Amino acid sequence: MLTEIANPKIRIEHVSYAYDGEMVLRDVTLDVPANAVTAFFGPAGGGKTTLLRLINRLNDLVDGTQMTGRISLDGQDVYALGVNIPQLRRRVGMVFALPLPLPGTIRENVLYGPRLAGERDRSRLEEIVVRSLRQAALWDEVRDRLDGPASALSGGQQQRLCIARSLALEPEVLLLDEPTSGLDPISTGKVEESLLELKQHYTIIIVPHSVQQAARVADHAAFILMGDLIEYQPGKKIFTTPRDKRTEDYVTGRFG
Amino acid sequence: MISVNSRRYVVQRIGFGVLILAALLVVLPILFVVGAIVVEGIGAINWEFLTAIPRDGMKAGGIFPAIVGTLLLTVGTALAAIPFGVGGAIYLSEYARDTWLTRAIRLAIVNLAGIPSVVYGLFGLGLFVLFLQFGTSILAGSLTLAIMTLPIIISTSEEALRAVPTEFRTVSASLGGTRWQGIRNVVLPQALPGIITGVILGLLRAGGETAPILFTVAAFYLPRLPQSPFDQTMALPYHLYVISTQVPGMPIQVQYGTALVLLALVLSLNVVATVIRSYFRRKRQW
Amino acid sequence: MRKGSMSGWGEFVVETLVRVAGFSAIGFVLLIFLFLLREGVPAFFEVVPGNLFGTRWYPTFDLFGTLPLVLGSLLITITAIVIALPLGVATAVFVREVAPNWAREILKPMIEVLAGIPSVVLGFFGMTLVAPFVRQVFGAPTGLTAFTGALILAYMALPTLISVAEDALDAVPRSYRDAALAMGATQWQTIWRVVVPAARSGIVTAVLLGMGRAIGETMAVMMVTGNAARMPLTLDSLFRPIRTMTATIAAEMGEVAQGSTHYHALFGIGIILFVLTFVINLTAASALFQKRRRGGLR
Repeated sequence: MLTEIANPKIRIEHVSYAYDGEMVLRDVTLDVPANAVTAFFGPAGGGKTTLLRLINRLNDLVDGTQMTGRISLDGQDVYALGVNIPQLRRRVGMVFALPLPLPGTIRENVLYGPRLAGERDRSRLEEIVVRSLRQAALWDEVRDRLDGPASALSGGQQQRLCIARSLALEPEVLLLDEPTSGLDPISTGKVEESLLELKQHYTIIIVPHSVQQAARVADHAAFILMGDLIEYQPGKKIFTTPRDKRTEDYVTGRFG
Repeated sequence: MISVNSRRYVVQRIGFGVLILAALLVVLPILFVVGAIVVEGIGAINWEFLTAIPRDGMKAGGIFPAIVGTLLLTVGTALAAIPFGVGGAIYLSEYARDTWLTRAIRLAIVNLAGIPSVVYGLFGLGLFVLFLQFGTSILAGSLTLAIMTLPIIISTSEEALRAVPTEFRTVSASLGGTRWQGIRNVVLPQALPGIITGVILGLLRAGGETAPILFTVAAFYLPRLPQSPFDQTMALPYHLYVISTQVPGMPIQVQYGTALVLLALVLSLNVVATVIRSYFRRKRQW
Repeated sequence: MRKGSMSGWGEFVVETLVRVAGFSAIGFVLLIFLFLLREGVPAFFEVVPGNLFGTRWYPTFDLFGTLPLVLGSLLITITAIVIALPLGVATAVFVREVAPNWAREILKPMIEVLAGIPSVVLGFFGMTLVAPFVRQVFGAPTGLTAFTGALILAYMALPTLISVAEDALDAVPRSYRDAALAMGATQWQTIWRVVVPAARSGIVTAVLLGMGRAIGETMAVMMVTGNAARMPLTLDSLFRPIRTMTATIAAEMGEVAQGSTHYHALFGIGIILFVLTFVINLTAASALFQKRRRGGLR
């Protein structure tokens, strides 16, 4: 099983994670290559989202958890002492399953991160708004109402706004947690399309909301079942010629 | 079968009748209190009554110093209680973990809320008036009222903060926000209407209280406005107590008028708080 | 890097500040108790126990018997609860289970109005309108009686009682009601035999909190009970003047010399009140906390 590659963007080594004494992840080891879409897929509740949130240390917000193992970004341990966590999260952006615009306008949403990062220059900020919304394939739809409330957008637009909001920080990695679970097929198509664009510049990890989506967007895919990494293969081979029986059963729709 | 059923429904009808009667017994007296005070007191209300100094042993003139005193006390209470109250609520909602210390804080809040108002008065007398030598003063009275108000502000503010979905905090953190940045930029603005409502409700209670100010600030008769936080002052609730029990021959209309002013101040702010709450409850998206 | 450590510093300051604000609640409770002890404990040395727990409170003659005051407080508190409990629970049941929406929309704000009326205004109302009424109806020599106080107190305790009882009814699972109704019970039978009994512990909490509120009430009670410090031992005591602990403090503290025995004795009464309400609220709170923990499953 391929778990180690040369010069990975993210290296996950022997990561186990417990929540309230219950194991959520067991000894997961895998490397995530740069400038590609890597998918973590598998049945619900298997620990995919948890693994995602460990990378940008979002699980630090949760009490009563315990992690062992090592996760590194460009070779640097993200759990090392003295790591600037806000800085880490600016480098590793995240988009959640449900689009959640912050209260305020579209522009304010996009600029939330950059402003907290200390960006004050007006023309710089303006540039960021245009670039991020373009990259998220939302610019044409909202260019005339940047100062309108973000909550007035449709679900699909809101999710792309959330992507734009993450992109505004020019992260190196983008974590997408079932980003299309609440969207209609057309919006889903738009989001998936923008991923193809984005992977030119970003390292993307996605928890897809179906095997089909994983097969459509993933360059590499890892199958995670009940806290165990079952199989990890480069390319789309995992969907056509899985090595593990359990992967095969899941991919062919026999369970899950 | 049918007769059994109909008997059961007769019982049900009687039962519901009793419930309605109870509700009426609760509500009608409230209407009666408010109605009586408005009807009897409205005749006393005029410009002089609201803006003049009392004359003639408080039997004539106005109640201006008492109104001003109550406003000053309320402002003083707000200044002291809001930082501690909202700060404490932020701590409990956003920072505190479920440890025995946190539970001790919650217990302390419950008990602060239960301490009788006159005991607050004793405490204020002991600590602020005598021990810290503030004397009977607006400062001593405001601080006493502030501690009394604290549990109301903390609990209502905490409730408002907790009502903001966790996801907003997560989103802010994922965009590189620190915990406090998330609170300040996302959580607090959304909880603000609830916090304001809670603060108003707390201050209302403070403004209407008599027992805590009896020995800490209230002046029986002081026909001038206070000059500094170390001055005594008249206050509406205490003034009502004084003219209805301590001054023989006080015209009943003046008493009702004073009660009406106090009631109107308190209830109108109450309405403001309720309106803010329901307006924002309807407006928010979650 | 510089910026990072700056923001870390700011975070630390903010967290410290709100932590101090949170812990101040504990500090204030302790401070209050401390100052009550400081000013009140001397009374227990200056007055012999036989006097202190005697039946006569005449401070001018150095008689500091707190018993009539304690009993006076208990008498009107218990009477108030006896009046308020059925009214409050019935109203809560009506609001939660029976009332049409429009009735609820009227009732709830009305009860909030009641909660907002200052104690001194209710006392004034009690003096001028309720007391004469009580005198006429019960043929008492004066309208300023324990009963008048209890009646006013009952209404003051109602908002707390109703809202806590409502929460208790609200916490009864939907499935209980559905099961009872599905077995052919009428709505009334469901309420009377299933919902109210299931909410019993919550209603006890409501009573406790209502009692805590009633026993500490000062101004209204002082204005309508006549303030005679006599032992309420006979049946007609309810329709005689009476004096409570709170009213005693409020009425006499203004006139005593600081540091005198009388002064210490009034603080001593404050200690009794503090401890009483502390115990009552602690009991009520522990019931509430337990429920929260049980209900707070992930």
